[in-house]
Amino acid sequence: MRGDISIDIDKDICIGAGQCALTAPKVFTQDDDGLSEVLPGRADGGGDPLLREAVRACPVGAIHLNGD
Amino acid sequence: MTEQITFPQDRTCPYHPPTAYEPLAQSRPLSRITLYDGREVWIVTGHAAARELLVDQRLSTRRDRDGFPMTNARLAGVRDRRAALLGVDDPEHNTQRRMLIPSFTLKRTVALRPRIQETVDRLLDAMEAQGPPAELVSAFALPVPSMVICALLGVPYADHDFFENQSRRLLRGPEVADVLDARDQLEAYLDELIDRKQKDPGEGLLDELIHDQLRDGRVDRAELVSLALILLIAGHETTANMISLGTFTLLRHPEQLTQLRADPALMPTAVEELLRFLSIADGLLRSATEDIDIAGTTIRAGEGVVFATSVINRDGGTFPEPDALDWHRSARHHVAFGFGIHQCLGQNLARAEMEIALNALFARFPGLRLAAPAEEIPFKPGDTIQGMLELPVTWG
Repeated sequence: MRGDISIDIDKDICIGAGQCALTAPKVFTQDDDGLSEVLPGRADGGGDPLLREAVRACPVGAIHLNGD
Repeated sequence: MTEQITFPQDRTCPYHPPTAYEPLAQSRPLSRITLYDGREVWIVTGHAAARELLVDQRLSTRRDRDGFPMTNARLAGVRDRRAALLGVDDPEHNTQRRMLIPSFTLKRTVALRPRIQETVDRLLDAMEAQGPPAELVSAFALPVPSMVICALLGVPYADHDFFENQSRRLLRGPEVADVLDARDQLEAYLDELIDRKQKDPGEGLLDELIHDQLRDGRVDRAELVSLALILLIAGHETTANMISLGTFTLLRHPEQLTQLRADPALMPTAVEELLRFLSIADGLLRSATEDIDIAGTTIRAGEGVVFATSVINRDGGTFPEPDALDWHRSARHHVAFGFGIHQCLGQNLARAEMEIALNALFARFPGLRLAAPAEEIPFKPGDTIQGMLELPVTWG
């Protein structure tokens, strides 16, 4: 159920590699500091099949899916 | 007791891991190797173990620590020299990286694409005007990333002969004295460039760092020089090798090249696969600051750890039929750019440069081929970043 998931980004450990935005560009972007950010309206991942790939692509494990 | 493998070794074929590493692949995820100085250290060869260990901050990248694995005498000769980013651990690393990441985001890379395309097209125009044959490293593979990083940093491209030559000495010597002298010369050059920029600011990342960080004391002068040095070197040497070795690999895989030409939309995944397949930065170095349990073994505090990316990226458990070059696999989780906090800062820029350069090169010269027998074309020795020393090509 897509409504049950929420994405949590730990900006303290994010290194701005941009791998989440590269892998799942419909869910993630980078803010002006280069840190990972969820696109507006995509806090639940929007059912994107690449969401889990994006989490796995993060080199520092900064992204967590709650309620998964 | 089997004889221990020494690391690094030269590749037999420029796009495959050294055949001498075969036993390492048989003993994944980690085993022991002997370094040039006779020291024994751990070598990580399994993909899951590599991902786990590369994010483990109990592994340090500081080369002045006692256990740091020195893979050649040149590296040992600069152990006490300051190295920004890759040479420091958090929190120092994090402070440095955060100054730089706004300049290397996907958005910034997308914005740079037209400029990269223009650079690539101009170099191809010159090759075409000159006519075949050409030496592709000097005519194309090196100038593309060199011009791009100069524009990004605000370094005058007119100085490229100087910094390309000194970078080559810094990375490959041959002697320790060459490495030390090349570092001194590059640092003096960048220090003087910063002086000039303070008096007469330009437009580039170095100018931004001077304005936003140096002026307010968030970075000191020596640290800024050290950052500029690694950005300049990492910004041109690595991508140049990927373009030269990538081209050679494609010319040696005509079936895959035909697929790519028929469907240029494959290029982004092809670049990922080439990164995995070629693993040009083969040997990421760390030392353990505490005991670390991994895969039923304990890496003891003070021990050295080497990550053999060429072997890791051919772990059949993650990449089925790993020795095949296949545009249709998911190569996404390769560790060619490293993993963890030190994962390549410029990876998005590098991807864009490779995509644009390879696409344009093969589109411009449909008949591109090697101008010498493949086995006679020289490539780099195993103790440095992998790539072609020369790449004679012809067309028409």
